[in-house]
Amino acid sequence: MGFKDYCFRKSLWVFHFGGASCNNCDIEILDCLTPRYDIERFGMVLVGSIRHADVLLVNGSINQKDKIRLLELYSQAPKPILVVAIGACGCTGGIFAEGNTFAGPVDKIIPVDAYVPGCPPKPEAIIGGIVRLIEKTKKATRDEAT
Amino acid sequence: MAKDLLYYLIFPGFLFTALVGAIFSWIDRKVTAWVQFRKGPPFLQPFYDFFKLLLVKETILPARGSKMTFLFAPLLGLTGAALASMLILLPAIGTKPGFNGDIIVIFYILTIPSLTYIIGALAAGNPLASVGASREMKLIISYELTFLLILAAIIMKAGMTITIHEILAVQTDEGAFIGSISGILLFIAFVFCIQAKLGLVPFDMAEAETEINHGSFIEYSGQAYALIRLTRYMMLFILPAFLCTVLLGGLRTDGIHLLWTVLKTLGILLVLTLIRNTNPRVRIDQAMRFFFIWMNLLVIAAIILDYFNL
Repeated sequence: MGFKDYCFRKSLWVFHFGGASCNNCDIEILDCLTPRYDIERFGMVLVGSIRHADVLLVNGSINQKDKIRLLELYSQAPKPILVVAIGACGCTGGIFAEGNTFAGPVDKIIPVDAYVPGCPPKPEAIIGGIVRLIEKTKKATRDEAT
Repeated sequence: MAKDLLYYLIFPGFLFTALVGAIFSWIDRKVTAWVQFRKGPPFLQPFYDFFKLLLVKETILPARGSKMTFLFAPLLGLTGAALASMLILLPAIGTKPGFNGDIIVIFYILTIPSLTYIIGALAAGNPLASVGASREMKLIISYELTFLLILAAIIMKAGMTITIHEILAVQTDEGAFIGSISGILLFIAFVFCIQAKLGLVPFDMAEAETEINHGSFIEYSGQAYALIRLTRYMMLFILPAFLCTVLLGGLRTDGIHLLWTVLKTLGILLVLTLIRNTNPRVRIDQAMRFFFIWMNLLVIAAIILDYFNL
């Protein structure tokens, strides 16, 4: 049991879903891959297909059309999949929360495991969020074991 | 019989090649990271990736596609890679001489992994996978002729023998084949063929992450994808080892020669990694033109030079 979870934690492959974003969060997510932050140190790589993904990063406000696609992506992902909502729009809706095309923050559509607030969050904050996520999965397995 | 099974499953077949291939894959990623001024993944990263895919993730079968073919294709590819590793490494490290004509058999067996990628992609029922499969097919058509010509040139250099064991014996007597002009030309062409066979960057149009989302492998997840990763690790070791065997004087494991063997294979890996990091992806028609015209001309020039003993 412990070995499986250890491997999973050490090799989180990230898939990036950008909703109706203003692109700031997208740029900050891409910053995490740059030499300065380099999340490949932790074994994370950005993958192009949801079938290979372990973490689904969602950013931007989710409108009616994005909602269908987000649900489809979530159902296509191999389980276990972790979802991280990034940015103010992903976490709460931000300034779009009262718009008439807004379809609710991410956690109303799919279960979310970690939130990274900020407009946009710094790359350090995103990496910090993912570290929290890893700690959370550790704690969950410990609780299961006891 | 039991000994053959041992050769196939443990050393130098499946298990040994998989371990060394995983380490080679880590070196490839680490050197890539250094080239890009990053720190790169930890040493055990390929193992984490493999065991995560194998043990943790769910395997999703395509709803509209042939499920059995989809699942059996990676298994067949893995079998082919293990078989190729055994046939190449047994004579190369001098454990067992091999049989007459094994270089021809190896030529065919080395195409099995690429063919299974195509079969698996076409069974997935995904349009992007079909695009990837068609590109892989065109790539095979373009590099296979060059590869065959290289092997023909090597057979000619070794005095018309088609056994790896005898090719190695000729190289031990007269020095490695790379020590001549034709040998250097063959080495260059061989390196580009390996690049295309492995699907590394100038020729990675079959899986182009940014363009067709991993192409041939788009629908694979879980255990099936783990087997594909393993096949790719193994191929990353087998092909440089094959190049060492036929052009650089073999992989001897006695005494100080072990150090040279390791340095030779790592050197080839370094060349492959540097090519992959300093080149953009080419279009499939550019790749076909590159192999059909330039690489074939290069190898034919090598054959003509070899005729005059250069």
